[in-house]
Amino acid sequence: MAVLHSAPRFTRIEGLKDTLSRALGDRLVEAHEEHGELLFTVKRDSIEDALRLLRDEHSYQQLMEIAGVDYPSRPERFEVVYMLLSLTLNSRIMVKVTTSEEIPVPTVTTLWPVAGWLEREVFDMFGVLFDGNTDLRRILTDYGFEGHPFRKDFPLTGYQELRYSEDEKRVVYEPVDLPQDLRQFDFLSPWEGADYVLPGDEKAATSPVDEVKTTESTKDTGAGGKTDEKAAEHVAPAKLESDVAGQGDGEPAPVDTDVDEPGAPDPTEDRLDQPARENTVKDTPGATQVDQADSDKEQRGT
Amino acid sequence: MSLQLEASPTTGDEVISNYTINFGPQHPAAHGVLRMVMELDGEIIERIDPHVGLLHRGTEKLIEHKTYLQALPYFDRLDYCSPMCMEHSWVLAIEKLLNLEVPIRAQYLRVLFAELTRIKNHLLNIGAHVMDVGAMTPNLWVFELREDCMNFYERASGARMHAAYFRPGGVHQDVPLKLLTDIGDWVDKRLPELFGDAMSLVMDNRIFKQRNVDIAVVSKEDAIAWGFSGPMIRAAGIPWDLRKSQPYDVYERMEFDIPVGTNSDCYDRFMVRVKEVYESAKIIKQCLAEMPEGPVASDDGKVSPPKRGEMKQSMEALIHHFKLYTEGFHVPAGEVYVATESPKGEFGVYLVSDGSNKPYRCKIRPTAFSHLQAMDFMARGHMLPDATAILGAIDVVFGECDR
Repeated sequence: MAVLHSAPRFTRIEGLKDTLSRALGDRLVEAHEEHGELLFTVKRDSIEDALRLLRDEHSYQQLMEIAGVDYPSRPERFEVVYMLLSLTLNSRIMVKVTTSEEIPVPTVTTLWPVAGWLEREVFDMFGVLFDGNTDLRRILTDYGFEGHPFRKDFPLTGYQELRYSEDEKRVVYEPVDLPQDLRQFDFLSPWEGADYVLPGDEKAATSPVDEVKTTESTKDTGAGGKTDEKAAEHVAPAKLESDVAGQGDGEPAPVDTDVDEPGAPDPTEDRLDQPARENTVKDTPGATQVDQADSDKEQRGT
Repeated sequence: MSLQLEASPTTGDEVISNYTINFGPQHPAAHGVLRMVMELDGEIIERIDPHVGLLHRGTEKLIEHKTYLQALPYFDRLDYCSPMCMEHSWVLAIEKLLNLEVPIRAQYLRVLFAELTRIKNHLLNIGAHVMDVGAMTPNLWVFELREDCMNFYERASGARMHAAYFRPGGVHQDVPLKLLTDIGDWVDKRLPELFGDAMSLVMDNRIFKQRNVDIAVVSKEDAIAWGFSGPMIRAAGIPWDLRKSQPYDVYERMEFDIPVGTNSDCYDRFMVRVKEVYESAKIIKQCLAEMPEGPVASDDGKVSPPKRGEMKQSMEALIHHFKLYTEGFHVPAGEVYVATESPKGEFGVYLVSDGSNKPYRCKIRPTAFSHLQAMDFMARGHMLPDATAILGAIDVVFGECDR
């Protein structure tokens, strides 16, 4: 595929994937190239060896970043990705290992001192253990924080919130209490096969009753004979007149009262049989816009 | 009455043990919320344990819950001294996954504003660094220039700081011609004049040199091993600049020099930044001279929104607009690591997409994180007041370091 994007263009080395794959030998699990990025998955226990080899013999001098990724559905849920940069070859590769909550990854602080904090961050955020890192403390989260916030099963809102308490004159920690629900709108097109069930969707498949019940006549209501008779009294007769105001299919019968209601005023004039009035009223320009003469006067200050 | 001297209570075989002080988290020279636990022997720094994370907001986690476009403004808030350079890595990472072509005028605009941002960032850092070691005036002068940059930001994007101007597929909107001519005038006249004046006060200043020359010397080998980038690695004498070696957008068309240091001390780091301001000005001039007319956003309706006028006429454009601002666009599955030369160094985005409308994982590679880690070995054996000079020369901003 032709490269259309304008992202950073580092040197493309012919056959680099094969060269490095051969060099990594049985340390390598998988190598693949995608979107112009070279990715090598290596065995967890040989990550230090592999990176030393890449640093010393293939001149990837700099370790720029270590990233953790969480895939909860996999048996080894975490990926630890090492971004290597070669200043001399002008090339970037990524090396990754997989691990789980319990299994530690060998540290690479022996190769690059910069790995110290980078591993601390992955430990802090994902709980990945690094075997041999002598300073594996939390780094970004609060002192005394519990849990690993970038795991996919950690809620976005977290569990604890803190505020300054005027009563106790100190910062207090409390369970998260949101005044408004965290709103997660899902705009994925439903017709493109969203793989979730909306609330209520599960009812669509089954009919709630075996036989649908309908009411054809008053007998079917089950209200009893007396009620049926009473109900029949109030059914509007199919004629204009009715004893009860508001019933019948015509106008409601007028109710006479003693109160002299004002009602709507009579029309001031009845123009039905008169010719249309000549246009005597004109919209003056002054009603809607500034008179040119007036504004000139103002400008002159008179 | 004769004066009798009492025996000093401390002379003799008293052993003065090291003591530990807290530098920060509310220290004006800490450039934000940095707490450094320093172990001192008298006034000599024996050990530094920087505690970062006081500004940790979980940006990367928040981004996982937003669409690609909604995640963009978070980047402004990382390094709030150079917002558009942060956006640059993000949009390029998305474009790399999409393999999306960006119109040439948009690329020029991005480079133009990235360089304006670089000037803006360096002005702040230079001013702050100078003030950390005792000089007041230059900081006030360069803040004038910074204010001009903010005004240019505002005229292009509507916001003085958090611009959200770079978008996947281009930039948000075209700039008026008057803005370009004003930037040209500013770069020609006001910037060299005022900046030159301000720098003439400090560059050869005896006190400034005493505070910076030979402070925190880092060898080339150390700079590489500690993951240095940007002005920090260039001051160590390694001519490494991603704009040159791994050009993105139209940087390969630009002619500019990479200033490098010779002594790798705080003074070199400072001077590299001073020179870079002039180099950035050169790039801005080239951009202004060469920038072609044309569209400023990709014509791919699935990624960049339609014009307002189109929406009034075309049903398809209206649907595109609606879908883009609700569902957002989908990015092909895959993972990329895209790093650009931000004013502070290599700013990278490791983006994992699962093919949906939200990033599966976005790891941000901050520059200050690696540099700050080296604080311990750089400051060891120096005096306590040197710590502020070293910190100033690192150019650390905690929005970016802590994310």
